[in-house]
Amino acid sequence: MTILLIYIAIFVIAFLAVKFVNSRLEQRHDFTSLKTVTFGDESAVTANRTASVISVIAIFLIWGAFTGSKLTPLHAPGPYQGKGQFDYVVEGPDGQRDGATAFWQVEEKKGAAEDLEITGGDGFAQNDALNIIKYRSGQLRWDGNDEVRRRDGARIVEVNGQPTDFDPNRRDENGNLLQDRPTFRIDNGTATLTDKGALLITPYQGWQMEPIWLPAPEAVWGRIVEIAKEGYQNSTLLEHLGWSLFRVIVGFAFGALVGIPLGYAMGLSDWFRGWFDPIVEFMRPVPPLALIPLVIIWAGIGETGKIILLFLAALWIMTIAARAGVSGVNITKVHAAYSLGASKWQIMRHVIMPNSLPEIFTGARVAMGVCWGTVVAAELVAAEKGAGMMIMVASKFQLTDIVLMGIILIGIIGYGIDILMRRIERWLVPWKGRA
Amino acid sequence: MSGLKLDSISMRFDLPNGDHVQALKNVSLDIKTGELMSVLGPSGCGKTTLLNIIAGFLAPTEGAVLLNDHRVTGPAQERGMVFQKGALFEWMNVRENVAFGPRMNGVPKSESAGKVDHLLEVVGLHDFKEKAIYELSGGMQQRVALARCLANDPDVILMDEPLGALDALTREKMQGLVLKLWKETGKTIILITHSVEEALLLGERLLVMAPRPGRIHKEYRLPFAEMGVGADLREVKHHAEYAITREEILNMIWDMEEEIMGRTEGAA
Repeated sequence: MTILLIYIAIFVIAFLAVKFVNSRLEQRHDFTSLKTVTFGDESAVTANRTASVISVIAIFLIWGAFTGSKLTPLHAPGPYQGKGQFDYVVEGPDGQRDGATAFWQVEEKKGAAEDLEITGGDGFAQNDALNIIKYRSGQLRWDGNDEVRRRDGARIVEVNGQPTDFDPNRRDENGNLLQDRPTFRIDNGTATLTDKGALLITPYQGWQMEPIWLPAPEAVWGRIVEIAKEGYQNSTLLEHLGWSLFRVIVGFAFGALVGIPLGYAMGLSDWFRGWFDPIVEFMRPVPPLALIPLVIIWAGIGETGKIILLFLAALWIMTIAARAGVSGVNITKVHAAYSLGASKWQIMRHVIMPNSLPEIFTGARVAMGVCWGTVVAAELVAAEKGAGMMIMVASKFQLTDIVLMGIILIGIIGYGIDILMRRIERWLVPWKGRA
Repeated sequence: MSGLKLDSISMRFDLPNGDHVQALKNVSLDIKTGELMSVLGPSGCGKTTLLNIIAGFLAPTEGAVLLNDHRVTGPAQERGMVFQKGALFEWMNVRENVAFGPRMNGVPKSESAGKVDHLLEVVGLHDFKEKAIYELSGGMQQRVALARCLANDPDVILMDEPLGALDALTREKMQGLVLKLWKETGKTIILITHSVEEALLLGERLLVMAPRPGRIHKEYRLPFAEMGVGADLREVKHHAEYAITREEILNMIWDMEEEIMGRTEGAA
């Protein structure tokens, strides 16, 4: 929630700042800037590239700020790292009281810091020392070195001057506590009494995310470099991504190879249209993901199964695209071609096929996107190699940085595929939308 | 006999509700080679149906179309067609569009290239032959369509409102071009139009058709096409007889439209 508010704040500030800078710069007089009506005019709205750049930077800044990244200058407050101490008072079973001091320190991981040296203290309650792992709480068994024990009825009655009458020994017949467990403020954290009367010390956690939830950008980058060099789960990074891409391309190619002729046949023949209409219309709304279990039952978890799945994902999209492409041929073009002496085959080759290319490309872009999504999902379920398998295995070991790395790479590749398809489209179908 | 002969053509479409529409009834016509005929009539008079029958896109329910004594059974290169718009191939440039007919008929490129260049010169698009279709204006696109049709050397050219989508000035220029091509090539041309002025200018023979059922209402033989060849079309329009004929035909079509409206109102 806080992060969302920060994000919105960055958006608004960036918007105002860019607007201010732009208003200081000289105005350009292109077609759009001279329009007085831009609200509601779709053609006057283009993506503001400055905003896009700031948007990406903002996400990285927020990501870095809340993960304590070294790459970003500003950070959300991190967890407390260092030492602390507090005083407490113990009441023995006989009603006598004695004060002691607890010393604690935060360590990076277990055993990273040496134990604090303490001197005993006077009275029956001795001073205590505790090491707490970063982001965790630590339980202080304060009676471990004392002459009076909790099991004998000793209890804490005051922490840092905050008294309590909580007694863990007072219970009802079911053994439930009669009082709420108190929490005390201590320097840089809190201390809570446990059921058994021990002290649970929670240093100040800060706003940053633990790497296990969200690793810093440089950790993810480090993983990319490391896995690119050394590989993960017996395959290099390129092999994982390459396998995923290979499946998509082969599945899509088969889908297009069958789907486009089928679509043409459905667009050109009553019998084909009637025959395949129910099948296509039934299969179209079935998400490919829903077919994964069936495909695994039929073809197993190997390459065949995945390629069949992607084939099915691409097939219907390509069929419908090709059918729409044929249906979209302007009849005057066909008439004109016949009047110019073209044969059926020549009309197919020189009129219907080129005329359906724009629709087929639209379909191909959609199909590639769906295939890419499907392959990752299929690999999540079962695979030996692949981008999806990589993040699935990593998630089982709580390797969040690999999971994030996988998601980022999957996104980049999906985006790259779409850009590539658009390039090819512009090159092959330059007349699209301009006829 | 050489020329185009329509032998008592009737066209009846059955409607799904059991009714039928008599689009054409008993239309007979003899068109000599090299004649320029314009066809005029209110909407629904069956003029486009007639053209589609001649082109071979529709088979008449009765009667036959004979071209040079051969019965027309389907579209063929001997009957070229120029449409109002949308008939050019966007995936080909101007030159490839014009060369489409010869290419489909197996004429080697080396043979057709000269002719294509010449036709592009005639329609004034020589400098645009490598341009894409979507880069051309509407008038230029129709010039390409004319050249493409001529490249196939058809006996008859059928034009379905070829200038209907153009603005008035371009239209006038293109009317001059049609007359010029007609005179230079000596082709038989049948031209359908909505514009009375265009029908007068581009018709040695002018056919006025009447609706319900579609039939030939009246035929004119006019001197304006001959006058207009290579001349200023605006001067032809100042001709006294031009104005009189125009008024007569306008009144005729106006009456037909009134009658249609009256009939529909009566039916309702």
